[in-house]
Amino acid sequence: MSWRLFELMLWAAGYTVLLSGISIVIGLGLGLLVCAAKLSPNKALSLPATLFISFFRGVPLLVQLLLIYNLLPAVGIMVPSVVAAVVGLSLCTAAYQAENLRGGFNSVPRGLIEAAEMVGLSPFQQLRRIRAPIALRLTLPALVNEAILILKASSLISIVGVIELTRMAQNLAASTYKPLLFYSVAGGLYLVICWTVAGGGSILERMTKAGRT
Amino acid sequence: MTLDFALMADKMPEILSGLWVTIWTWLVATILGAGLGFLVASARRYGPAPLDWLLKLYVEVLRGTPFLVQLFLLYFGGPFVGLRLEPIPAGLIGLTIYASAYFSEIFRAGFEAVPKGHVEAAQCVGLSRGQILRRILLPEMTMLVLPQCVNMAIILIKETAILSIITVPEMTGVISAIGSQQYAFVEAMFLLAIFYWVLVETCGYLGRLAEARLSKFRFAVP
Repeated sequence: MSWRLFELMLWAAGYTVLLSGISIVIGLGLGLLVCAAKLSPNKALSLPATLFISFFRGVPLLVQLLLIYNLLPAVGIMVPSVVAAVVGLSLCTAAYQAENLRGGFNSVPRGLIEAAEMVGLSPFQQLRRIRAPIALRLTLPALVNEAILILKASSLISIVGVIELTRMAQNLAASTYKPLLFYSVAGGLYLVICWTVAGGGSILERMTKAGRT
Repeated sequence: MTLDFALMADKMPEILSGLWVTIWTWLVATILGAGLGFLVASARRYGPAPLDWLLKLYVEVLRGTPFLVQLFLLYFGGPFVGLRLEPIPAGLIGLTIYASAYFSEIFRAGFEAVPKGHVEAAQCVGLSRGQILRRILLPEMTMLVLPQCVNMAIILIKETAILSIITVPEMTGVISAIGSQQYAFVEAMFLLAIFYWVLVETCGYLGRLAEARLSKFRFAVP
């Protein structure tokens, strides 16, 4: 494989990382909202959140992507396929992250919340100073895990025509007639990306544990 | 936009055949994947160290790459090393190998979660390795790994959709083809999503049922 082709693969790998990163960040924000709605005592909020989580965790990402990719134009929203892909990835990861966050919020020790009430913190202060920081720290390992899952799942957006790492490998494999080579290189690049994220994640975990009382 | 599901109704036989392919490929890959995963976990635990490293690499590579890329490598790369497979066998083999990596990690954690004292006690009363595995490790592990195994089975239902990309005639492939023919792609995708949703929720429900039934054996685990 020439350097020029390898450069193309690297560029595509960068695009995979970029799109996954955007989806993770949007998914985290959306996941926080869904998690808040799910934890709300108000049924009108928690029921849709439950449905959202169940649907996006219960349907294959491939089907979600095909649905969104075809639904958006059908309701008159014309967007490039890359936008549809990011919307699909973000909605899917939001459902998983909402569940992870819910686990985090539910694991905040009861005593800490009671102590915060005792010293007279308002509910918002409790959330900002006590519950949210602890819940987020507890969710960190799950977030890293989710990031790796989304990096791998992003290979599916090749189906809606986004030229990311898998699609690039597919194109180059077809035009050079060397599928073994290009899919192996793509696999190797995914490995490097995933292992880097996993390594970064464990460093981050150690750092946040260091500041723990 | 109006949705017209009647277009799908007269295609029911085809849709059901797709559903059947989805279900049996899923069941076969889950069972074979769990079996292979158990072998991998056992070999890593009881085999020599070099085998453990080799299998660790196997697991890490499979867990660090997308299933789609693995499938492409097998299906399109296979013929170049003399491995020419039809779509369904390729899909089954790919899904089984993919599943085995995740299952082996579940079983490895299961082996480690059985209290050392129980194994030592069994050794003290003179049980052989095979007996310890059959009488102590397996029964205690089953309870520990069941929730994760159900979870993995659910993930695998969803992974079968990817087999449509290498033209396995399962539910996603069949229904999206019908959707294109009938020019009713959105309806087709909604129908498909609902089918998967029902499958996944059913599997989750059965898993919880099994856990509840087996929970009486929980006394073995502290």
